[in-house]
Amino acid sequence: MSLFLLLILPFAASMVTALLPTRARTMLAGTTGAVCAVLAVWVISLFPRVQDGGVLRETIPWVPSLGLELVLRVDGFAWMFAVIVTVIGALVCLYARYYMSPSDPVARFYALFLAFMGAMLGVVLSGNLLQLVVFWELTSLISFLLIGYWHHRVDAQRGARMALIVTGSGGLCLLAGVILLGHIVGSFDLDHVLAAGGRIRTHALYPVMLVLVLLGAFTKSAQFPFHFWLPRAMAAPTPVSAYLHSATMVKAGVFLLARFWPVLSGTELWFWLVGGAGATTLLLGAYAAMFQHDLKRVLAYSTISHLGLITLLFGLNSPLAAVAGVFHIMNHATFKASLFMAAGIVDHETGTRDIRRLNGLIGAMPRTGVLALVATAAMAGVPLLNGFLSKEMFFAETVFLSSHPGVELALPVLATLASMFAVVYSLRFGYDIFFGEPSTDLPRVPEEPPLWMRVPVMFLVLVCLVVGMLPGISIGPLLAAAAWPVVGGNLPAYSLALWHGVTPPLVMSLIAVISGIVSYRWLRAQHARGRFQDTPVVSRLNGRVLFESALVAATRASRAIVRLASTRRLQPQLFAVIATALGLVLLAARGLPLGWGDRERLTASHEFVLLWILGMVCAVTAAAIAKYHRLAATTLMGGAGLCTCLTFAWFSAPDLALTQLVVEVVTTTLFLLGLRWMPMRLEDVTVRITGRDHLRRGRDLLLAVLAGSGLAMLSFALLTRPAPNSISPFFLDRALPEGGGSNVVNVMLVDFRALDTLGEISVLGAVALTVYALLRRFRPPPESVARPRQQRAVSSQTETDLLPPRQNQDAGGYLLVPAIISRLLLPVALVVAAHFFLRGHNQPGGGFVAGLIVAISLLLLYVVSGTRWVETRTELKLARWIAVGLLLGAGTGMGALLLGYPFLTTRTAHVKLPLIGEVHFPSATFFDLGVLAVVVGATLLILTAIAHQSIRSHRTVLPAHQEAD
Amino acid sequence: MEFLLAMAIGVLGGAGVWLLLRPRTFQVVMGLALLSYAVNLFIFSIGSLVINRPPIVVPGQPADLAHYTDPMPQSLVLTAIVIGFATTALFLVVLLAARGLSGTDHVDGDPDP
Repeated sequence: MSLFLLLILPFAASMVTALLPTRARTMLAGTTGAVCAVLAVWVISLFPRVQDGGVLRETIPWVPSLGLELVLRVDGFAWMFAVIVTVIGALVCLYARYYMSPSDPVARFYALFLAFMGAMLGVVLSGNLLQLVVFWELTSLISFLLIGYWHHRVDAQRGARMALIVTGSGGLCLLAGVILLGHIVGSFDLDHVLAAGGRIRTHALYPVMLVLVLLGAFTKSAQFPFHFWLPRAMAAPTPVSAYLHSATMVKAGVFLLARFWPVLSGTELWFWLVGGAGATTLLLGAYAAMFQHDLKRVLAYSTISHLGLITLLFGLNSPLAAVAGVFHIMNHATFKASLFMAAGIVDHETGTRDIRRLNGLIGAMPRTGVLALVATAAMAGVPLLNGFLSKEMFFAETVFLSSHPGVELALPVLATLASMFAVVYSLRFGYDIFFGEPSTDLPRVPEEPPLWMRVPVMFLVLVCLVVGMLPGISIGPLLAAAAWPVVGGNLPAYSLALWHGVTPPLVMSLIAVISGIVSYRWLRAQHARGRFQDTPVVSRLNGRVLFESALVAATRASRAIVRLASTRRLQPQLFAVIATALGLVLLAARGLPLGWGDRERLTASHEFVLLWILGMVCAVTAAAIAKYHRLAATTLMGGAGLCTCLTFAWFSAPDLALTQLVVEVVTTTLFLLGLRWMPMRLEDVTVRITGRDHLRRGRDLLLAVLAGSGLAMLSFALLTRPAPNSISPFFLDRALPEGGGSNVVNVMLVDFRALDTLGEISVLGAVALTVYALLRRFRPPPESVARPRQQRAVSSQTETDLLPPRQNQDAGGYLLVPAIISRLLLPVALVVAAHFFLRGHNQPGGGFVAGLIVAISLLLLYVVSGTRWVETRTELKLARWIAVGLLLGAGTGMGALLLGYPFLTTRTAHVKLPLIGEVHFPSATFFDLGVLAVVVGATLLILTAIAHQSIRSHRTVLPAHQEAD
Repeated sequence: MEFLLAMAIGVLGGAGVWLLLRPRTFQVVMGLALLSYAVNLFIFSIGSLVINRPPIVVPGQPADLAHYTDPMPQSLVLTAIVIGFATTALFLVVLLAARGLSGTDHVDGDPDP
């Protein structure tokens, strides 16, 4: 079966899990556990195929020209990681069933858990570097969500944010590094990269690339100075800590070091950067772990220290050390995951994780105690356990390394010291809480947890024991398969035996254990006297302070910039936008010849000059009086619109002229409907105009004049130059033979650019619905609710037919003659619309124009007879018009798909009818019908929605005002 | 003709920009409407000014730009006109809602000075 299925399964299961009942712990754990188990068995069954350096590979091409492919690649090392991810995943899943409380929303937990497993599998199985980075960031993201699982807790929020910022930024550095790496190699494919070691190490960009990649690895694996996020991440539920923050995610960093070990290692820079960071982290983590009082924090610092150890091993540039590093990855995953689970059990059963309060638990929970003690011993590196083996290999490496004399001397000392610290914190973890006088003041009375909560711990401890006692048989072949790709196919000779005789490493171990026990007794005595409550000397020596002050500085700076460069006022914003646009145009115009073109000019006719003198006067006057004389300004704007319309007609654009004309009508109606809700001018208020106001107006005027003259000059320059090569001849040429219509503009709208038109009518429909929705919650200002002054001008006692229709229920009386005419006009108008619609393909007209004519003829009824009169007699269901129109438009396009043509291809049917003769039925006609329906629906919906406000407000407030009249 | 049309576009555009910078919402809506006239004319004029040669193909006449005006800007402007109506309507309704909520027709919703 395809490996891609292996990767998709956890994500698919995650989505299903998210939909299950949120507190069904057993069902959720069962489903998730089953998925993990299937994945684990599947992965393990791949072993024979990767055993002797075999590589499984599957590719889905995506954008091969850019090196973007989905590649899954399994070799021995990736296989080992996949086993850790799936097996420990299954165990943690079982454990979490008992750890999580019945009140926790566990569906979210398990869904994220599975998604994380998928992301982690993605990281280890990726055969393409960019794909690897994507999954890498995904693990950071899901880790954020899991740390913040109890999102009401402040420490969880802070811890999650810190982890995300540190590991996420590291991931970005990694992305940059990987892009450089891909640039050096010429491919993002892992196989190509692994084959290009020599080229990479000698390339000029190697140092930059290395630093970037290492930033990614170090942040993820909590290496000094980025280690501070890991202890904070302990706010996560313990199953998360056991899985993400000991066994899998934090190993992604060292995974990367091992993955690139064959091509990036072997240089001085690698030795100092990787070895240096590893050694510092090893020592610092172990040192800090000794002084923690929280069980999980001890484990967190110990994890940091062990990750440092692994990093140091990879940094030593020795194949044997790299093998030891791979070995320690496995060992650490087993004992640290079991320790986290044991810590979780203690926390769960006693209600506290404070080492100072926990004592003598061995009596209350002997089975858990024994398991925890064995795992602790493995962590401390006690013989017969797996931790001992990899630690001995590490010691051997430090002793036999040939490097600078100083390093040769310092490394063994450092290793012994760190190992001594490890003994001390292991004793604190194991001895302190399980032995001594049993504590009596615990929040809960301790007792053994349910059997199945212990089973995962038992399994892992068993692995520690078996590997520790029978390394050759149990782990030997697996280690060989896993280490083979890391060292580039040349496995060094090593022996996994328990006893190598009295060698320097054994002596170092002995020194560490003995001095560790002595130091522990001393530290215990100091603690008893109340000293060393905090980590001495180095408690301030970490990146956390730096991180937090950087965060504060960034927040302050962004606030300052926002304050400086932004405003909530619209006027300065618009001013800035227009001024910037103008400036950019000037900037762009610098290199261009600024003269006018020499195309043949058209001679101006008197009529045209007169037309635009009127038009310009209209525009300028409208601009000048729009503040207080809205009706006049609307009228003047209509005048400018008419000039535009005539201009279109003048210069061979009949379709535009028609459309502009009908749109002018509906726009004017729109403004007239809106005017009613504008505030009146307060005649008695005299506003003093200050010098500042004059200054601002002058500035705005200057900008307006500049923008206007710029626009004018630009148009003139364009109009006097010869038209450049245009694609228009194509449309002119093909409109009749292929589009089946002689009106090229209409053919373009419904055929060549039909997709664009479909988008336009969708926008139209969306706007209409938005307007409708906005007005449903409309609250008119109180002073606009009363009937307008004009309507109150006629006294209600006078005998007149000018009463508004709502006061004259028998509408026959109101504007009787115009009303009759408008009703008679309706069928005529509809015939005119039909005419414009049908001839649209060949003559000026079409769906837009016809739709607007239908809308206007109905509008006339509304205006003359009143909204209520129309709506009691017709049921227009305007939203349905929009829906039908859009369906018609899209459906026509889909029809082409059914016939095997691209979306929206037009087909023309030629039908011979008796009497009429041959008739062409292009499918574009149906599309145009859809346009018509949308235009009618949208226009009327917008206008009637505004018109309805008058009725509504009267319905609610009328009685009081009627009395006033 | 060209000079006059360029002038017209400039005046419409300038008047539009002036209104855009005014403090009352109605002025801003008017400004947008005027600006859209200017922009529509501008786009239309890119196709160059031609009299009496509408883009309606007559059989027998060669279908090129020497015999017909450019249909491309026309089809662009046609949909722009309709969309322009829709956006004007949307602005007007937002303006009305803002006036109802804030009690003023100032663009920032501030009470009158």
